[in-house]
Amino acid sequence: MGNMSSMRSNLSRFRGLFEQTAKLMVGVPDYDTYVAHMQDRHPDKPVMSYSEFLDNRMGARYGAGKAGCC
Amino acid sequence: MSRIVNHVPWLIVAVLGAVSLGTVALARGETINALWVVVAAVCTYLISYRYYSLFIANRVMRLDPNRPTPAARHNDGLDYVPTNQYVLFGHHFAAIAGAGPLVGPVLAAQMGYLPGMLWILAGVVIAGAVQDFMVLFISMRRDGRSLGELIKSELGEIPGVIALFGTFMIMVIILAVLALVVVKALTNSPWGFFTVAATVPIALFMGVYMRFIRPGRIGEISVIGFVLLIGSILMGGQVAQSETLAPLFTLTGIQITWILIGYGFVASVLPVWLLLAPRDYLSTFLKVGTIVVLALCILLVAPPLKMPSVTRFIDGTGPVWSGSLFPFLFITIACGAVSGFHALISSGTTPKMVENEVQARFIGYGGMLTESFVAIMALVAASCIEPGVYFAMNSPPAVLGTTAEAAAQVINNWGFVITPEMIHQMATDVGEVSILSRAGGAPTLAVGMAHIFSELFGGKAMMAFWYHFAILFEALFILTAVDAGTRAGRFMLQDLLGVFFKPLQQTASWAGNLIATALCVAAWGYILYQGVVDPLGGINTFWPLFGISNQMLAGIALILATVVLFKMKRERYAWVTMVPAVWLLICTLTAGVQKVFHANPTVGFLAHAERFSAAAAEGKLLAPATSMEQMRQVIFNDYLDAALASLFVLVVLAVLFFGIRSCLLALRSDRPTAREIPASGVTAGAGD
Repeated sequence: MGNMSSMRSNLSRFRGLFEQTAKLMVGVPDYDTYVAHMQDRHPDKPVMSYSEFLDNRMGARYGAGKAGCC
Repeated sequence: MSRIVNHVPWLIVAVLGAVSLGTVALARGETINALWVVVAAVCTYLISYRYYSLFIANRVMRLDPNRPTPAARHNDGLDYVPTNQYVLFGHHFAAIAGAGPLVGPVLAAQMGYLPGMLWILAGVVIAGAVQDFMVLFISMRRDGRSLGELIKSELGEIPGVIALFGTFMIMVIILAVLALVVVKALTNSPWGFFTVAATVPIALFMGVYMRFIRPGRIGEISVIGFVLLIGSILMGGQVAQSETLAPLFTLTGIQITWILIGYGFVASVLPVWLLLAPRDYLSTFLKVGTIVVLALCILLVAPPLKMPSVTRFIDGTGPVWSGSLFPFLFITIACGAVSGFHALISSGTTPKMVENEVQARFIGYGGMLTESFVAIMALVAASCIEPGVYFAMNSPPAVLGTTAEAAAQVINNWGFVITPEMIHQMATDVGEVSILSRAGGAPTLAVGMAHIFSELFGGKAMMAFWYHFAILFEALFILTAVDAGTRAGRFMLQDLLGVFFKPLQQTASWAGNLIATALCVAAWGYILYQGVVDPLGGINTFWPLFGISNQMLAGIALILATVVLFKMKRERYAWVTMVPAVWLLICTLTAGVQKVFHANPTVGFLAHAERFSAAAAEGKLLAPATSMEQMRQVIFNDYLDAALASLFVLVVLAVLFFGIRSCLLALRSDRPTAREIPASGVTAGAGD
C-alpha cells in the first residue's frame, strides 16, 4: 500500500511540475508560491487575486524591455 | 580507481559519437541514415555537457552553491522566484527556441548536410552554449540585470548606448526577415493563408473566454484553441478546393505584406490579453509540442538523407543564398550554433528565477544544446527530401524561371535529377498550386516534416494536412514573435528617442505609443517590402544581413564575458570566451565587409548598385524594376543595405575597442574589479 501511495504522490508531483513548466513557458509563475510568499513574508500587505496576478504577469511579459525569441 | 571507472560510460559515449561522426563525414556518394547524424549530435552534446560545461562551471566561473541567487535575495513571488531547475529549463528553452534554428539549417542545406552539421555541433559547444551560460552567470551575479545594463556597468556608458542602438537595429532586421519567411510561405496559398488568418479570431475568442467566461484557465483554453486550430487546417483544405472561396484567400506577396504591416501595428497596440497573450499560449505550446513530436518521429522513421553530404555549391555559386562557405555558412546558421539573441533572454527573466547558482549550467549550457538539437532536426528534415525538390523550392525565380518545365531543366543541369512531373506531383501532394521558389525555409521544412509525419500517420493522403500543420506551426510563432517584437521595439525606441525628446518616453501616453509603434512597424515593414519585391527572393539578400547582426550581438556578448573574466582576475581562463568571440568577429566582419564591397553584384550591395546605375545611365531597365523610378528605388535600397551592414560593423568595432580597453585596465589593477553583488548577500542596486 505504501508503495502505491508514494507512487501516486510522485505522479501528482510530476503533474504539478508539468503544469508549472507549461505555465512558466507563457510567463505565468506559480500562483500558490506567490500567495505562500506573501503570507510568509508580507502578512500585512494585500494579496492579489488570481485574475489580478495573471494581469500583472501579462503586463510584465509584454511590457517594456522584453525581447522575443530568435 | 573509482574515479577512472566513473569515466568509462562517457568513454563509450565518446566512441559511439566518433563512429557516428566518422560515418557521416566519410560517406561519399552512398545514402546514409539520419540516425547517424542524430546519434553523432547527441553524443557530442553529452560529452561537451559532462566535461566542458563542468570545467566552465567549476574552474572558470567557480559557481558557488551557497551563494544566494537574485531569486533568493529578492524573492517577491513574481519576477524573482526560486524555481525548480526543470521548470525553469522549460521556460528558458521555450524563450530561446524560435524560427532561427529551423530556418538557418534549411537554407544551409544547399551546401549539403555535412558543412551545416559540423558548424552546428562545433559552434554550439564552443560558442553558443558558452555565450548563453556566461551571460546567465554574469547577470545572475548582478541581480538579473539586462545585457545593455551589464555592458554599461562593466564596459562604460558609451558602449552601453551603442549596444542598445545595435540591439534595436538587429530587432528590426529580425522582424522583417521573419515576416518575410511567412510571406514566402503564404503567397498564392489559399489553404495556408486561410489557416493562419483563422488564428486571429481563434485568439480573440480565447482572449475573451479567459477574461470573462472562465478567467485564468490557461490549460483549458489552450486545449480548446488547439482543437479550433486543427479545425481551421481541415477547413483550409475545403477553402482551397472551393471555386468561390479560394480566390478570396489567394493573395500576392505584396498584398500579404500590407496585411502583415497593418496587423502588426494593430496587434501591438491592442490590450495584450485580447490578442497577444492567447496567441502566445497557442504558439508556445504548439512549438514545444511539435518539436518533441518531430524528435520522436525522426527516431521512429529513421529517414535516409537524400541530399549529398557536400554539394557543388560550397564554391559559393548556390542559388539559395550567395557567398562562399567562409564566411557565409557561419552567418546563415546562426541560431542552433550561436545566437546573440539568447544573450537578451539569458539576461532577462531566467537569471531572476534560478534557485541555485550551480543550476545555471543545466539551464544555460543545457538549454542551448537542446536548441542546437532542434537545428539538427531541421537539417535532417531538409535533407531527407529529394534534392531536386529542395532546389525547386528554394531557388529564386530569377534563376529557375516560373514554370515547372524550365525549373526542372535548370536543376537537372546542376546535376540533381528532377522532372516537371515530380514538381507538379509534390505540389499536389501538399495541396498547393506551386512549390517553386518558396525560399525562406518554412515551406521546405514543412515538406520535410510532412514527409516524416506521413510515414507514421496517414500516409500520402495526410501529407497535405501535415504540410499545412507545419506551415501553421511556424507562421504562428513567427507572427507572435513579430507582435511581441514590435511591442518590445516600440518600448526600446521610446527609450532611445526619449533621450532627445522627453515626452516620448512616457509609455502610457497614446501619442508616444502610436508614434513609436508606427516608426517600428514602418522600419521592419520597409525592409520586408523590399524583400518581397526582390527578384532574388529577398531571403537571398536579407538572411545574411540578419545572420551578421545576430552573430555580431553574440560577439558583443562574448566580449562582455571576456571583460568580466579579466575583471575577475581569471584571465588565464579568458580563452573560453575569447576563442569564440574572435571567430565570430572574423566571420561577421568578413561577411559584413563582403556584403558591402564584394565585386560580385549578387553578394556586394555596392556592386549591385553600380550595375543598376550603369544600366540606368544607358536608359535600360533591369528586373524587377519596370520603370526608371523603380530603378532609382533599387539603387537607393542597395545603398541603404550597405549602410546597415557598415553600421553593424562599426557597432561591433566600437564595442571591441571599449572591450579591449576594459581588459587592459583590469590587467593593470592588482585586485578583482568586476562589479558583482558580494557573496555575503548585501543588497545593492536594483530590486526591492
